[in-house]
Amino acid sequence: MLEFIPRPAPSAAARVRTTLGALLAGLGLAALAFLFMGVDPVKALASILAGSFLSPYGLGETVTKAIPLILAGIGLSLAFTGRLWNIGAEGQLLAGATAATAAALLIKDSLPSFLTIPLLFAAGGVGGAALALLAGWLKTRWRVNEVIATLMLNYICAEFVQYLIYGPWKGPTQSGFPYTDNFAASAVLPVLGATRIHWPTLLLALAAAVGAWVLLNRTRFGFELRAMGGNPDAAAYAGMDSSRTTLVVLALSGGLAGLAGVGEVAGIHQHLTYPWAVSSGYGYAAIIVAWVAALNPLLAVPSGLFLGGIMVGGDAIQISMGLPAAAISLFNGLLLLSLMAGEFFLTYRPRWRRA
Amino acid sequence: MPRIESLELRGISKEFNGVFANEDISLMVRSGSVLALLGENGAGKTTLMNILYGLYAPDQGEILINGRPVRVTGPADAIRLGIGMVHQHFMLVPRHTVAENAALGLEGAPFLRPAAWAAGRIREFSDRYGMAVRPEAPVWQLSAGEQQKVEIVKALLKGAELLILDEPTSVLTDDEASELFAVIRRMTGEGKSVIFISHKLDEVLAVSSSVAVLRKGRLAATLPSKGASKAELARLMTGQREITAASRPPASSHAASRPAALEVSSLSVRSDLGLPAVRSLSFSLAAGEIIGVAGVSGNGQRELAEALTGLRPVEAGTVTVAGAPAARLSPRGLRDLGVRHIPEERVRLGVVSAMSVADNSVLSCGGDPRFFRGWFLDGAAIRRHAEEIIDCYGIKTPSADSRTGNLSGGNIQKLILGRETEGTPSVIIASHPTYGLDIGAAEFVRSRLIAKAAEGSAVLLISEELEEVLRLSDRVAVMYEGSFAAVLANEGLDRARLMLLMAGSKEAPGRA
Repeated sequence: MLEFIPRPAPSAAARVRTTLGALLAGLGLAALAFLFMGVDPVKALASILAGSFLSPYGLGETVTKAIPLILAGIGLSLAFTGRLWNIGAEGQLLAGATAATAAALLIKDSLPSFLTIPLLFAAGGVGGAALALLAGWLKTRWRVNEVIATLMLNYICAEFVQYLIYGPWKGPTQSGFPYTDNFAASAVLPVLGATRIHWPTLLLALAAAVGAWVLLNRTRFGFELRAMGGNPDAAAYAGMDSSRTTLVVLALSGGLAGLAGVGEVAGIHQHLTYPWAVSSGYGYAAIIVAWVAALNPLLAVPSGLFLGGIMVGGDAIQISMGLPAAAISLFNGLLLLSLMAGEFFLTYRPRWRRA
Repeated sequence: MPRIESLELRGISKEFNGVFANEDISLMVRSGSVLALLGENGAGKTTLMNILYGLYAPDQGEILINGRPVRVTGPADAIRLGIGMVHQHFMLVPRHTVAENAALGLEGAPFLRPAAWAAGRIREFSDRYGMAVRPEAPVWQLSAGEQQKVEIVKALLKGAELLILDEPTSVLTDDEASELFAVIRRMTGEGKSVIFISHKLDEVLAVSSSVAVLRKGRLAATLPSKGASKAELARLMTGQREITAASRPPASSHAASRPAALEVSSLSVRSDLGLPAVRSLSFSLAAGEIIGVAGVSGNGQRELAEALTGLRPVEAGTVTVAGAPAARLSPRGLRDLGVRHIPEERVRLGVVSAMSVADNSVLSCGGDPRFFRGWFLDGAAIRRHAEEIIDCYGIKTPSADSRTGNLSGGNIQKLILGRETEGTPSVIIASHPTYGLDIGAAEFVRSRLIAKAAEGSAVLLISEELEEVLRLSDRVAVMYEGSFAAVLANEGLDRARLMLLMAGSKEAPGRA
């Protein structure tokens, strides 16, 4: 009979070992899957790697996609630490993008870039935070489950963005396409060289990682958040105000996703467009970023890069090897499943016992 | 289904982590009789019944039905043998109807429309035993008493010949309880047998044919209910342990002249189920005084402690801490008034297991400037504080950074004690502070409480251990059914009299 014995707290080294082992196992499984599809697995994996990390273009794309993943992933790490299951980063990202677009359309070219861009980020952060706070208010005031509230708000936001781009915000200069007018040059984020890496957002993401880590581990707020997540009954017994903590952490979580949305409209598209183009599922992928990072905001950086790499590498073999999109989903799924299984083996040791 | 003429447990032992939950227990139930299983919390009643129902495997001992040994490896075995169990917490699907719940997992139910079939059987059984159960009612609409009937009907539908009722009256009103007793009598009249788990003496004597008393995992006695006295049962339950350590010095007899630290007047509090748990309770606790609340658990002690610490809403009445109104305060507000709490459920309430010992050492300290610099934690100060508690209380932990969940129960309790008795709190509510501790740790906890009272803290000690209450307290309050049956100065108290009060006997009028 197979038994699972709980392990004591794993060391950092064990964590690294397990994660690498899980990655290798996932790649092995993916190789098998490629073999079944009649594709040379070595070639497929090599082109994924080349397309995502080993070529300059691929690396640039990986970093570009990692920016929103890291930002939203940090926010979700904070929320999940407090056992608040914010599934709404996708909607909060769109709310941030929408708020930033509103600011850009309002400001036009009336202000210099060094004022416009911070204003855009501020608007986006507030937009994302406001949406998350709506879910937080529903939870603390009416005990509405935050999973439902945040998830449903994603769809509402997506539809609202569609309404805006087909309706009141449809740009007269876009020759009939459902986009808003392009942002003024002063509202567009600068990029690194020939890449699409909008570095102000990247810097913001790195600063957020450090800031969130400090908040979580060095401040009274983080202390109360960890207590609430670890044992809500004990937090109440100790006299902590869990409603306030809930609202603040949801605002932070949504605000960070909102910043990611600003980067997408002001750095990539330069206008508001279809919701699925503004975010290709970053808000949902960020859930995985947070878990792969073990809810550590600093680790959200490599974790976001890794997931960004998977996304880009998938696109690369889709084009170069003519594989269907489903094959890419399979590859991504196998890799993530292995990582999650690794997490399980980190906390439980399998043992075979004769019945 | 074969009739169960007799069921016997022989030499049952069960150990958890080196502690005997049950040790060499032998019992016998015969057809048509009710065996009451009596004991304090943690005496091993539920463990024993879980063994009988197949939820745990015993380490030693055997189960015999009609004289033949049987193997019970799971509830399915138990049900096949004719054993039914009604748990303290109901196992019902709230959104389903009574009939749907009954049809769930019922052998012999037809594939199509099983609930309709079950509904017919339910009516049959509820008529036969005089239980009004509507098969079409959704369970979430039912009161606790009604849900219990559903559980009993479920067990009977499965062919139970012997029914285990785990603390069945703890969720019932008085009327519902007497209804339950009538149902039990009808069942035994048909030759079925019942094991009735309880710690309430009155009902045990009212309903059972014999009583088995468990104490600390062992069988203290088995005796016929007829002729048994409440005092005798109470003594068997709590045991008369020798006083081994020094008692509280009588130096604090002047405490009564000190100002009241905690005043409670006409306090009423409801239980989780919305039933009255604390009923119009009043008392006054002076600075430097220890009042020990004695009583069998389940008489409102938990609700009293939770209400006084802001964890449970106060239904009616007033609470005053050092002159300030405190009945409507949050846990934080009460802590700011100097109320500290050593909780009954130390792991569920007292600590965050996933956090370090250092973090937990300041868990309830709010924004205490000694440990927090504005928004930031003062990591070094917190660590020093934790190490002080570790040294002073002899807590066994690899370091202050260790995960608190890896500590033993006794060490967790010392950590909580260190945190909650720091400085001179105005009021300390200590709920079962030595429960489950070894003798050395328990003595240490007691001496700390005495020391704190000597420094001027008012201590409300809630404990099931009469010896502990008698040794520590200036005054002893006996809690029964939500109020204090008596508050007595702890001088030359007659133990037998306390036992009787704990068992619900009314004091003769005129006695102080």
